[in-house]
Amino acid sequence: MELAYGHPKSLKSIQTKYCPGCGHGVIHRIIAEVIDEMGLQAKAIITNPVGCSIWADLYFDFDSVQPAHGRTPAASTGVKRMLPDHLVICYQGDGDLAAIGTAEIIHAANRGEKFTTIFVNNAIYGMTGGQMAPTTLVGQRATTAPEGRDPIGAGMGYPIKVCELLATLEGTKYLARGAVNNAVNIRKTKGYIRKAFEAQMRGEGFTMVEILSQCPTNWQMTPLESIEWLEKNMIAFYPLGEIKNTLGATAPGQVR
Amino acid sequence: MAEEIRLMKGNEAIGEAAVRAGCAAYFGYPITPQNELTAYMARQMLAKGRTFIQAESEVAAINMVYGASSTGVRAMTSSSSPGISLKQEGISYLCGADLPAVIVNVARSGPGLGGISPSQGDYFQATRGGGHGDYYTIVLAPKGVQEAADLTYEAFSISEKWRVPVLILADGLIGQMMEGVVLPEPIDPGTLPRKDWAVGHAAEMHRPYNHVTSLNLVPDELEAANRARFERYDQIKKELVRYEEIDVEDADLVFVAYGTAARVCHGALEMARAAGMRVGLFRPITLWPFPSVRLSELAEQGKHFLSVEMSMGQMVEDVRLAANGKAPVYFYGRSGGNVPSQEEVFAEVKRLMGL
Repeated sequence: MELAYGHPKSLKSIQTKYCPGCGHGVIHRIIAEVIDEMGLQAKAIITNPVGCSIWADLYFDFDSVQPAHGRTPAASTGVKRMLPDHLVICYQGDGDLAAIGTAEIIHAANRGEKFTTIFVNNAIYGMTGGQMAPTTLVGQRATTAPEGRDPIGAGMGYPIKVCELLATLEGTKYLARGAVNNAVNIRKTKGYIRKAFEAQMRGEGFTMVEILSQCPTNWQMTPLESIEWLEKNMIAFYPLGEIKNTLGATAPGQVR
Repeated sequence: MAEEIRLMKGNEAIGEAAVRAGCAAYFGYPITPQNELTAYMARQMLAKGRTFIQAESEVAAINMVYGASSTGVRAMTSSSSPGISLKQEGISYLCGADLPAVIVNVARSGPGLGGISPSQGDYFQATRGGGHGDYYTIVLAPKGVQEAADLTYEAFSISEKWRVPVLILADGLIGQMMEGVVLPEPIDPGTLPRKDWAVGHAAEMHRPYNHVTSLNLVPDELEAANRARFERYDQIKKELVRYEEIDVEDADLVFVAYGTAARVCHGALEMARAAGMRVGLFRPITLWPFPSVRLSELAEQGKHFLSVEMSMGQMVEDVRLAANGKAPVYFYGRSGGNVPSQEEVFAEVKRLMGL
């Protein structure tokens, strides 16, 4: 009998340290599924960010590199340039990518570095305990925005739409935004990841999948409430879909 | 066949030596007075199909080194003092992850933006780790273009052997001046063996998956990793210490100086000897590990020391530690990008000798 569905080989069978309702677990799983489907486990290398997913090397069953906070795109650049036939995944959170590592992501994208960034956007700093992130929505509360993000009065600025920002750069070939709030969006997000990985292996240019993800602990909600909040607030501000797709004619057009 | 002697700038000789050492990847960012090195690497590395990236910052460059080194290749960056300060975060991570790398500091005067003239004001930063946490990097200090090339070439294998980053501490004078240099044999990076600790080629290497990281939240485990690294440091101190001695045997007063300052002292030594004064020169080549044991022996023999530096006095602290109260240690320094003349150093010798 053939096994129709099981635990992905590229993901270890252990309990994660992530909080109940956190999106990282689902995101890890769909990444691992795509790697298995593409047969790339032995050629996959992930650079972990600093943030909750700093633990990714405990869960993914392939090689990993742990750089400094925000420097992940620079380290991924070094890894991918040396190993162009490997699948290099630059996993980043919103603080890592859109605050401390802004220079690194913009220039890696602009150079058209041929790795894939998985950008997990949960609009909050998770590991350090709920501080305001660059992607925190206007009015959203955080420990460092106790009355909610106030762009002008308190000078906290506005949430950054990273896909749209990077879309202006010619080095970027594929930028998509998915979410892990329900089965439909999880399947679509998996399709974006597959497309990005395939484009990477063809050496097309910079690819990124932004994933809107729940952080019930730091949003101070139950997992169910956090899903509802993500749908009502985050998806309303951060539109889902392929924000930019200039992949070559050889790219498969189907989102699985 | 006679050896080919080429007239080269220090910065270019360092670049050529790195290329010949099998450097597979160079990452840099413009800063004076080391720009010829980055430009040289751009020409040579791209022409040879190797990796050259002008990074968006020194911070990015050192983290590109971190990524490239994680794959087990020979990787390098270079900068000058303010840029080296920016790289300290990455150097700490390299040390924490036990990754080799070669980092060149063509030092200029500080603090802050300071000036672009040569200085030895980065001695503390270079020899005390430089970034956060308990660690050291190996520090090699060339006195001229030939030695800059030789030490850069060797730095890659030293760094790989010990899995400790090697810092080449030169200065703007060594980087900018031209001298004749005999270059080492080229190594093809493709012929260098893959590393069992590196990421990539997992299947061909028949190994479990590797995780290159400096993270460990379990105090006992992190302490064990630090202790293991310090055992390696003890071994490095036994095997790697290098220095040069000139006329030390019968000397009453011994200059202790490295790099450019040592060349000035050599001139002052000749002036002093011509005047019948017994003066010697002790030149550390490894600044870390520092040649403390030999200096301590010389202190026991009753020699006096004069540390001559292009700083307000940094290495002099290591000389005092080595002398450990057994011999007087004097200091003469110039700062701000000034290079002392041999005449002024000789004048200091006469002053100390009561002449």
